[in-house]
Amino acid sequence: MPDATGLELIAHELRDANADAILGTEFQRRRAVLLAAPDHVPTVIKALMDKGYTFVTSVHGVDYYPEEPRLGVLYELLDMRAVDRISVKARVSTEDPRMPTIVDLFPGAEWPEREVYDMFGVVFEGHPDMRRILMPEDFEGFPQRRDFPTGGEPVLFTYNEENSYGKYQ
Amino acid sequence: MTTVDASDYRKREESISYSAESAGMGETHELLTLNIGPHHPATHGVLRLLATLEGEVVRDVKPIVGYVHTGIEKTCEDKAYWKVIPCIERMDYLSYYFNAMAFCGAVEDLLDVEVPPRAQYLRVIHLELNRIASHLLWLGTSALDLGAISMFWYCLRERETVLDLFEMSSGQRMHTRYFQVGGVIEDIPRGFAAKVRQFCKEMPTRADQYADLLQKNQIVFERLHETCLLDEQTLLSLGVTGPLLRAAGNPWDLRKAAPYSSYDHFDFKIPVGTVGDNYDRYRVRQAELYESTKIIEQALEGLPEGPHITTDRKVALPPRHELATSMEALIHHFKLVTEGFRVPPGEAYHAIEGPRGELGCFVRSDGSSKPARVHMRDPSFTHMQALAPMVKDSYVADLIATLAMLDPILGGIDR
Amino acid sequence: MEIKREVLGPARSNPSSPGRPDPRSPAASDFRARQLMARDLLRGDLEGEALERYVQESVLTTTVEKAVSWARGNSFFPLTFGLACCAMEWMHVIASRVDLGRFGWEASRASPRQADLIILSGRVSVKMAPVVRRIWDQMLEPKYAISMGACCSSTGVFNNYALVASDKFMPIDVHVPGCPPRPEAVAHGIIRLREKVQNTDKSGWRERYDAVGTEEVLSEETIAAQSAADAAINVFPGGDTAGA
Repeated sequence: MPDATGLELIAHELRDANADAILGTEFQRRRAVLLAAPDHVPTVIKALMDKGYTFVTSVHGVDYYPEEPRLGVLYELLDMRAVDRISVKARVSTEDPRMPTIVDLFPGAEWPEREVYDMFGVVFEGHPDMRRILMPEDFEGFPQRRDFPTGGEPVLFTYNEENSYGKYQ
Repeated sequence: MTTVDASDYRKREESISYSAESAGMGETHELLTLNIGPHHPATHGVLRLLATLEGEVVRDVKPIVGYVHTGIEKTCEDKAYWKVIPCIERMDYLSYYFNAMAFCGAVEDLLDVEVPPRAQYLRVIHLELNRIASHLLWLGTSALDLGAISMFWYCLRERETVLDLFEMSSGQRMHTRYFQVGGVIEDIPRGFAAKVRQFCKEMPTRADQYADLLQKNQIVFERLHETCLLDEQTLLSLGVTGPLLRAAGNPWDLRKAAPYSSYDHFDFKIPVGTVGDNYDRYRVRQAELYESTKIIEQALEGLPEGPHITTDRKVALPPRHELATSMEALIHHFKLVTEGFRVPPGEAYHAIEGPRGELGCFVRSDGSSKPARVHMRDPSFTHMQALAPMVKDSYVADLIATLAMLDPILGGIDR
Repeated sequence: MEIKREVLGPARSNPSSPGRPDPRSPAASDFRARQLMARDLLRGDLEGEALERYVQESVLTTTVEKAVSWARGNSFFPLTFGLACCAMEWMHVIASRVDLGRFGWEASRASPRQADLIILSGRVSVKMAPVVRRIWDQMLEPKYAISMGACCSSTGVFNNYALVASDKFMPIDVHVPGCPPRPEAVAHGIIRLREKVQNTDKSGWRERYDAVGTEEVLSEETIAAQSAADAAINVFPGGDTAGA
């Protein structure tokens, strides 16, 4: 991880390049996170890739319910030469869950972005194949959002077994 | 392909990128879409491949996954942190200790809790045993796909020994729940070290026997050599790590680059290939069997004394004999079992080197005793993106061999 | 060469020790006599009435059903079908320690049309359930299903939106609990299925409580009234499983 001052330096550089790209920084227990505006994520990632963080390890989706904007997308970047990690976080709201894609910069983000779409509903504009990947194609709803119920079977006890599906009436 | 019939299936097929008209092939060549279905003896798990074939040559392949999607990450949000461990272990079901290690590492980062050295060494021993078991099953099933059917029985015989060792230390053969946040759940029993030493003495001989069967075999050579190459730059841009990247020549291994859990105390080499074809991928994993054995021997030699789990009672259960005498121990036990420990709010991403590549776990906590988000970065998930470039313009048989050498585990892909 | 034989005296101290037939029992002297008869048969020395008696004693008569189900139980063709973690333990059942070939079941078929046993080894997700059902429909009668592990019998560890218990969409004969079940546990499930197929299944409560033959026999009117009530509420009359 770049330490706190290193992170601030990077943030300042990126903010100098583009005024509204970086919304803030977080540094917690050796983890450096750059808060980026969703529309500027490709430029931020391109700048970081030029700095050496060439490998996008992972794209995570998070639901920050009840804080707005709810849906967050995190990009974990890895610098293989200096063995350094940095993260870029972008938050979108559920009313307008759109973000530009980074597939042109890093083709390996194609499937992780599809997974974020499938689980959270964040549409990545410019993605070559924006379809559901893990759930069936005609599934409705975005399972990993916090207001989606976990589902499953109710556990049967004697007080509720009368209404279960298999009981012979 | 004529698209007069615009049925639903054809519309969905249009996402396949290759078409006859644009290649100027005209009406004499035909592309066949073959569905190598979710149920197939040679796909390692329930993987569906939509292969576009021209004769025997694969022009494009589209993997379709999701057939064993279990919603593990959603289930984990409902469970206390120590109850997440059995759920998260069942993700990549061949390297269960690695799943638990990634999650425990992330939670330990969030909690800032120190893992005692004995626990770190025990973790290394079990992780490397699991790596050997995973590679053995890969070897057995890959040889089965290539036609060398008896390798399956030999490798599983070895795997039975490893699973016996796991049963000795934790009581379960698979999904052992052995790693807990802060250390391991129990110290190893008497006789375990001797049995592991004996296994380590036998393992290199057995690996030599498997090498004798396959390495210089002409059929295996012709099937695997110079097939489905992919260069290092393309692999890096697709997010590939692990033995596939090492086969292409890049010695990236998180055990050496960013050591975790005392891996820097051990002396071992990283097998690296040269060309990046299927044969190199096979040789790299075969060589890792020997290296893992070396690590286990060194860990057993240097196993330090001490507690097997952190002594912080707010995180780990107190030993049972204390419950009869100490009131604080009783209260801690009660709180830990009913509610679980609380983790201060924050986010952590912990990455380890699994048998297939970089296995990472992202945990977001909101201050309560249940995680707010658990997301696993599984190596097989990103490796499936590399399948299409690898098998382009190779034969169907090479597709099967490459799928075997890719070592995908659908549980990790689908979670 | 002359071989001297002498009959041993009465039984040793413990006549009920296993593995040593009690020489006083009729079986022991019969055995020797039958040995001599077999030897004579092989030499061609057995004639007439002794020959007829020998043949009658060595012929086993049974019904065709029993013979066929005995053969069926010993020659299953399981489908190569692995879903998730239980498939790893299923591979260990096929491997050498717990050998599936002991039961004669080692000929796994990849095509469902040639298999008669499907082993659901692993979790069945909502995306996979129609695929499994289609595979089950493609199998030819008589077909059996073993649900291996907790995830397909119930939803196991994961009680959520993504999984479905297998007996909600297809009939299962044997459920094997475990997560994953040990290969020995799966072998136990296999033996129970084999008993079921060979009609030697003695697990019903009447066998266990020694109550075979105590069934109540209903009078004709009661049976008629019950089937009328049945037809009134049930869409499928009893025994018709065509829609299942």
